[in-house]
Amino acid sequence: MNPRDAILQSVRAALNRGPLDETQRGALDARLPQHTRPAQDEDPLARFVRKFESRAGTVARVADLAAVPAAVDAYRERQGLPPRAAIGAALRDLAWPAGWTIHHGPAGIDEALSVSPSLAGIAETGSLMLAAGPGSPTTHNFVPDDHVVVLEANRIVEHFEDAWTILRARPEGMPRATNIISGPSRTADVEQTIQLGAHGPRRVHVILVG
Amino acid sequence: MEIRSREFKERAVFAIHDASLQQALGKAAYGFVGKRALQVAELPEFEQLREEAKNVKNHILEHLDHYLERYEQAVVAAGGQVHWARDGEEARRIILDICQRVNAKTVTKGKSMVSEEIDLNEALIEHGMEVVETDLGEYIIQLAKEPPSHIIAPAVHKTRDQVSDLFEKAHGGPRKTEVPELVDEARRVLRDKYFRADVGITGGNFLVAETGSSIIVTNEGNGDLTQTLARVHIVTSGIERVVPTLDDATLFLRLLARSATGQETETYTTISTGPRRPDDLDGPEEYHVVLLDNGRSKMLAGRFRDMLRCIRCGACMNHCPVYGAVGGHAYGWVYPGPMGSVLTPLIKGLDVAYDLPNACTLNGRCQAVCPVKIPLPELLRELRHLQHQQEIGPAMQRRALKAWQFVATRPKLYHAVEQVAVRVLSALARRGRIRRLPLASGWTDARDLPAPAGRTFLELWQGKRGQR
Repeated sequence: MNPRDAILQSVRAALNRGPLDETQRGALDARLPQHTRPAQDEDPLARFVRKFESRAGTVARVADLAAVPAAVDAYRERQGLPPRAAIGAALRDLAWPAGWTIHHGPAGIDEALSVSPSLAGIAETGSLMLAAGPGSPTTHNFVPDDHVVVLEANRIVEHFEDAWTILRARPEGMPRATNIISGPSRTADVEQTIQLGAHGPRRVHVILVG
Repeated sequence: MEIRSREFKERAVFAIHDASLQQALGKAAYGFVGKRALQVAELPEFEQLREEAKNVKNHILEHLDHYLERYEQAVVAAGGQVHWARDGEEARRIILDICQRVNAKTVTKGKSMVSEEIDLNEALIEHGMEVVETDLGEYIIQLAKEPPSHIIAPAVHKTRDQVSDLFEKAHGGPRKTEVPELVDEARRVLRDKYFRADVGITGGNFLVAETGSSIIVTNEGNGDLTQTLARVHIVTSGIERVVPTLDDATLFLRLLARSATGQETETYTTISTGPRRPDDLDGPEEYHVVLLDNGRSKMLAGRFRDMLRCIRCGACMNHCPVYGAVGGHAYGWVYPGPMGSVLTPLIKGLDVAYDLPNACTLNGRCQAVCPVKIPLPELLRELRHLQHQQEIGPAMQRRALKAWQFVATRPKLYHAVEQVAVRVLSALARRGRIRRLPLASGWTDARDLPAPAGRTFLELWQGKRGQR
């Protein structure tokens, strides 16, 4: 017997039964979990910002998408970074400053700054949800020291379950990688001392649009 | 790793006298316990979530075959491959075959306790591959050539000073002494490895049947760099880690970070579904999942099924007074603390891990904090029972228990023996304490035994009744 069948058989033997029949399997497939969601008594946008900032993330707010490049440029200047960035192709149509060197490919080992679109903000924990795809390479989320994420205010949802609803509604289905990002990379592996910028970005800056 | 649980007592004594270890453990216990308590206080629904999590895990285990099959279908539909391994040997073989087929030279690893369980690193290194642990804690202990001492904080037993020494030896000077410098140095060294890696291996906190996804939860982002930059991503996970839907995973995610590190959420929760798509610009070309049984399906059969609910948060060891005193290495295998004291004898044998279920005061703190309500003290007591039944353990102890049973089931004899014993003991006492007691030096070497009252409880009770 191959290992797969042997393991399944061993599982069924332990459960003291044979394979489930179609009716039983159908019932399991139709199961709709309704777990407790932590109550929120706060405006989702305010909660998102409060929670995200509580973990050393930063947030700037602009009126519309057209204002995003200037906000990213202001952030870049504040951090003293050169005018270079890896920008997710989903944001390529924005009017990026003429003097910048930009590309839409994956992040290279020396990438300093990236700008990504996001699929949702989750107010529950103040987390961003990014979906991998040609418009948003995953390496942009982890390689650069500074990661700027564009989040449209109307994409902020209350709970994780609401974010999954957004994923399920995508015509292209689940992204290859769905990254829930709750702030800069951190570690406490040396003497329990929290240190930002372990392997991923040292800073994560959200530009909240609208 | 080679199991050394037989040496528990020797290693525990050594650990208690290791000043660096005691310093490191003291800091850790304070941090984890306090932070968890704060998070739990912040979430009024926490107890409700624990109860639901227990019930959902029980539902999953009851239908494990179905959810595993659904999960496999969904992985394949997303372009990934599922491999089934009955034991460590099979799992190593599968992973080694994949690595050799793609001609892997450098293998990066995110944190995976299953990979420790199956001794993966040694097998890959033996076949000429460079294996690089990328979780900072795992990296530190890899440099130290030590196994992890905690399931979520593998280098918790190391002081900063020791990390400085290890880094200086591995990376050259000048010696760094501050935490930011040390973290930066590891970041720089490992950066290069991620980009050179052929294969990236991670664990899987949850496997989602609905979508065919694996979920990892990290703070550092090392797991993400590992699985995104390598050409091939291999997920290693136990068969019990499957959950039906993303909503079910959410229930456990709400408990995991709070219970583990005392965070509301970890920095990164990543849901991976298959390999790179045709128009993707990055991501692995191949996506494999290795599902490991290694005794788990057997555990499903009997009274230890509860243990399969474990989500590997480490709260039980953070709150365990024995773990807090001796650290993780004393336990002698991959999983330390209360959860390890249940798992190790079940996976490796009741005899080789004899001491582990017995190194427990049954104080119950582990059960009180377990996010999926595993009755750890009960399971440990059950293991002691099995050991006794199977005549495993010191013969002297079994004879003593038999003698006690003989006396305890004969009330008259019991009272007679008791009357003699309390009188002898109180005669030995000086100022209410007994400083040395033959046959009980294990107790009296380290502390005094309080002297009994001179008469038995029954005698005192009858005396009181007589006065009324």
